[in-house]
Amino acid sequence: MIEQVDLSQVNWARAQFALTAMYHWIFVPLTLGLAFLLAFFESIYVKTGNEEWKRLTKFWMTLFGINFAIGVATGIILEFQFGTNWSNYSWMVGDIFGAPLAIEGIFAFFLEATFFAVMFFGWDRVSRKFHLFSTWMVAIGSSLSALWILVANAWMQSPVGMAFNPDTARFEMQNFWEVLLSPVAISKFTHTTSSGFLLASLFVVGISCWYLLKGRHQLMAKRSIVVASVFGFLAASYVGLTGDESAYLVAQNQPMKLAAMEGLYDGEVNAGVVAMGVVNSEKRPGDEQKDFIFAVKVPMALALLANREFGSFVPGINDLVFGNEEQGIVSVGSRMERGQQAIAYLAAYKEAEDNNNEAASQAALQQFNIYKDDMGYGHLAKPSDAVPPVATTFYAFHIMVALGSLFPLVFLLALYFLHRGNLEKQRPFLVVGVLCVPLGYIAQQCGWVVAEVGRQPWTIQGMLPVHVANTNLTTGTVQTTFFIFLGLFTMLLIAEIKIMCKQIQIGPEEK
Amino acid sequence: MIGNLDYSTLQQIWWLIVSVVGSLFVFLLFVQGGQSMLFTLAHNEEEKSLMINSLGRKWEMTFTTLVLFGGALFAAFPKFYATSFGGAYWVWMLILFTFIIQAVSYEYRKKPDNFLGSWAYEFFLFINGTVGVLLIGVVVGTFFSGAAFALNEYNQVTWQNSIRGLEAATNMFNLAFGLFLIFLGRTLAGMYLLNNIDHGALNARSRRSVLINFLWTLPFLFFVLISLVTMEGFAVNPETMEVFMEKGKYLNNLLAMPLLLVFLLTGLGLVIYGVVVTCFKGSEKGIWFAGLGTVLTALAIFLTAGYNNTAFYPSYADLQSSLTIYNASSSKYTLTVMTYVALGIPFVLAYVAYVWRLMDSKKLTAKELTEGENSHEMY
Ligand code: HDD
Ligand code: HEM
Ligand code: HEM
Repeated sequence: MIEQVDLSQVNWARAQFALTAMYHWIFVPLTLGLAFLLAFFESIYVKTGNEEWKRLTKFWMTLFGINFAIGVATGIILEFQFGTNWSNYSWMVGDIFGAPLAIEGIFAFFLEATFFAVMFFGWDRVSRKFHLFSTWMVAIGSSLSALWILVANAWMQSPVGMAFNPDTARFEMQNFWEVLLSPVAISKFTHTTSSGFLLASLFVVGISCWYLLKGRHQLMAKRSIVVASVFGFLAASYVGLTGDESAYLVAQNQPMKLAAMEGLYDGEVNAGVVAMGVVNSEKRPGDEQKDFIFAVKVPMALALLANREFGSFVPGINDLVFGNEEQGIVSVGSRMERGQQAIAYLAAYKEAEDNNNEAASQAALQQFNIYKDDMGYGHLAKPSDAVPPVATTFYAFHIMVALGSLFPLVFLLALYFLHRGNLEKQRPFLVVGVLCVPLGYIAQQCGWVVAEVGRQPWTIQGMLPVHVANTNLTTGTVQTTFFIFLGLFTMLLIAEIKIMCKQIQIGPEEK
Repeated sequence: MIGNLDYSTLQQIWWLIVSVVGSLFVFLLFVQGGQSMLFTLAHNEEEKSLMINSLGRKWEMTFTTLVLFGGALFAAFPKFYATSFGGAYWVWMLILFTFIIQAVSYEYRKKPDNFLGSWAYEFFLFINGTVGVLLIGVVVGTFFSGAAFALNEYNQVTWQNSIRGLEAATNMFNLAFGLFLIFLGRTLAGMYLLNNIDHGALNARSRRSVLINFLWTLPFLFFVLISLVTMEGFAVNPETMEVFMEKGKYLNNLLAMPLLLVFLLTGLGLVIYGVVVTCFKGSEKGIWFAGLGTVLTALAIFLTAGYNNTAFYPSYADLQSSLTIYNASSSKYTLTVMTYVALGIPFVLAYVAYVWRLMDSKKLTAKELTEGENSHEMY
């Protein structure tokens, strides 16, 4: 379909998308979680009528507002970027992908935007109850917005509920419910929102630990820690559960991603899970090199993780690229051939339609239908193109999981020390609490790297590789906008961090 | 019920929905209008703070409406989304940059240690209120004046001009449209601020600004309207779907759809009425008349672009690539689903209106900025 693609331009567009998405993702998880923590804090205030809780709510709300503003600033560009840089994508799947985005606008963003103003400026303009209601609406609105955008993202990872229409040469929706209720969408929503709750809890606990270390605002800090640790512990446990579900679904829908996450080249029945390791970056599919320079494995566990069945086969990168007849895996090479057939028959169909040659067009269509499921592969240049960057995916995944195992302990310890009544004396623990804030952000970014880098080269899994999704622009143009974004977002990030630190330093208003 | 609607009815419904959202956005541009007057209308820090705090409670509405406008176009007319955003790359990017810098400015302007200083954030707001609005007007102008793209048989876009959309800003009609939008936004802003703030000096100046800015809209408005009814338009032959140039196409559209003519004239009349009661009758309610008038006028313009066998996003470079609401839309299934979804819009409008009234029942005063319970959060 595309005659010549300028790959450097595509790569700049990828870099731009990754840059803007990752910047957006610095702010979004905190919004998701802190909104609920605010709702909890304010509920306690309304219930008890204790002004201390109100001051506490207002303090965290100030930080929320600073973060929210830049979250909005970075969000708008993501939405429009589908059109500006991935215009072919927008046409080919807009029929399906546009819907959740529009629904997000109608049902989520307005909820946030409307009640945000009440939350900040309504303290003496609306009743106490209505104010509390507004705070809850902001929290619910932000999670609803996560729902819809993740439905959209999940659909790209596991396209369901649609069919290719050769007349329009695009994919069209067949079943909205399948798109909405796809298991991948549900697991993405639960894993991502709970990871946001987790991050916000770490944020509140971390800053409170800092106050305890400084001996300031002790009562407020401890109150915040109680609520955030309980919420954080629940969220962290849920993150683990839903993370396991995510991995299972990846194994079922995106086996190549799973193989990359585990650095697994040769599929095995009794493959172990790598607990820790150093990937050999020289290794290429099909060669004789070692896959790991060093690795510690938990024997046999991968089959359980991937298929929930001991002794089941988990394919590796080589099996997927070169095929494995025994396991019924078709090689990328032969899928590419079938894909090229599909593309050729589609072109023949179009031409026959243009010439009003009914017989020829029907014949071409019939052939097309035989090969159409592999059409995406027809755009790949060589079989190894189907392999994502292994090392990046592997490390990101392992860092995320390692941190995911650490965080619940932090919350438990916080609660334990609070119960013992000597939290403010546990200086080493308080330092760990502060350090967990950046670690939380790292785990967040790693998560998206796993999900997005791990699915390369596909924009839509198995159907549409990134270089076909792209807009035809010059490299210089995309480079220019990339650097503008880099400069602009970095400037705003510096401003945000400085403002945030200043507000933390100032602390809550004293009576 | 909705399940039984035929394809072309759904396409028309969605053009209507997109147009309504777009028209509400034009009304909400009073936020941008206010931003463009920050340095002139306010004579001291207190007045500036009042303006920013008053606008600051509404800016997210405008912003979110823009996002929804984009989202609705994506869902209902994906080919437009792909063609225009990908094609007219630079115009859209510049528009987006002005909205990115707007989004942080309210919140960060007054915060201590804000890195760039208050002045920079005020300047960002100003840029968004002027350049941003001008370019939006330029893009909407291309709905009538056309754009420079061609689509291949797989609907991939190639843009025929290396400045990717910025060329639209060299067209007089588009420019006049953009300038008209700027002054309309400023006119509405004067009325909104008058209605929302209680401050003698600022109120008097707002009132005066309404008249001045309204007078400034007139030359651009006349130029746009006269061009519109006299220019050749991009018509579609309903049988063959062929696009061709038709003399006085947009005038013909208005005559063929008298309701739109009524919208246009009533809308303009209401705007004028709003201005008159504000400037000569001492009323503070002008914004509601002018606001409704703006929505009606914009609606008439958007609908003229899309209905009655017209190409709403025409290409002058390759006539047959032009987009109509029929060839640019989503599938029937998607439009049906989205129409069910759209039943929620009145509910959204209702709570937005309810909260707006609740929050604006008391006017903003200088005292509230410094002593009120929310003073800590003020922008
Ligand atoms: C269209 C839907 C879509 C959605 C909802 C997301 N992404 Fe994405 N992402 C893409 C579509 C995409 C893409 C168009 O497919 C990219 C752009 C270039 C590419 O290679 O894939 C991509 C690349 C990409 C990369 C770089 C991969 C690489 O080029 O090696 C990262 C790190 C992310 N994304 C991160 C994210 C984050 C943090 C998201 C959520 C906020 C996110 N993506 C949502
Ligand atoms: C690449 C896909 C994404 C797009 C196109 C996108 C788009 C947007 C846009 C346009 C906004 C500003 C909305 C407004 O207030 O008017 C926004 C904000 C927001 N987005 Fe995203 N977003 C993406 C990814 C995500 C993901 C994956 C999540 C959640 C899991 C998310 C959650 C939010 C939230 C909570 C906000 C509200 C404000 C804030 O960021 O703090 N977004 N997004
Ligand atoms: C406890 C162990 C964890 C496991 C087993 C796990 C598993 C996974 C897996 C398999 C994915 C990829 C899903 C996909 O590609 O579709 C993923 C994504 C992600 N993870 Fe985790 N995760 C864990 C902990 C965490 C933690 C602690 C955070 C952040 C605080 C986090 C944040 C994310 C995010 C933001 C994504 C991207 C969204 C998504 O794809 O769902 N995860 N996780």
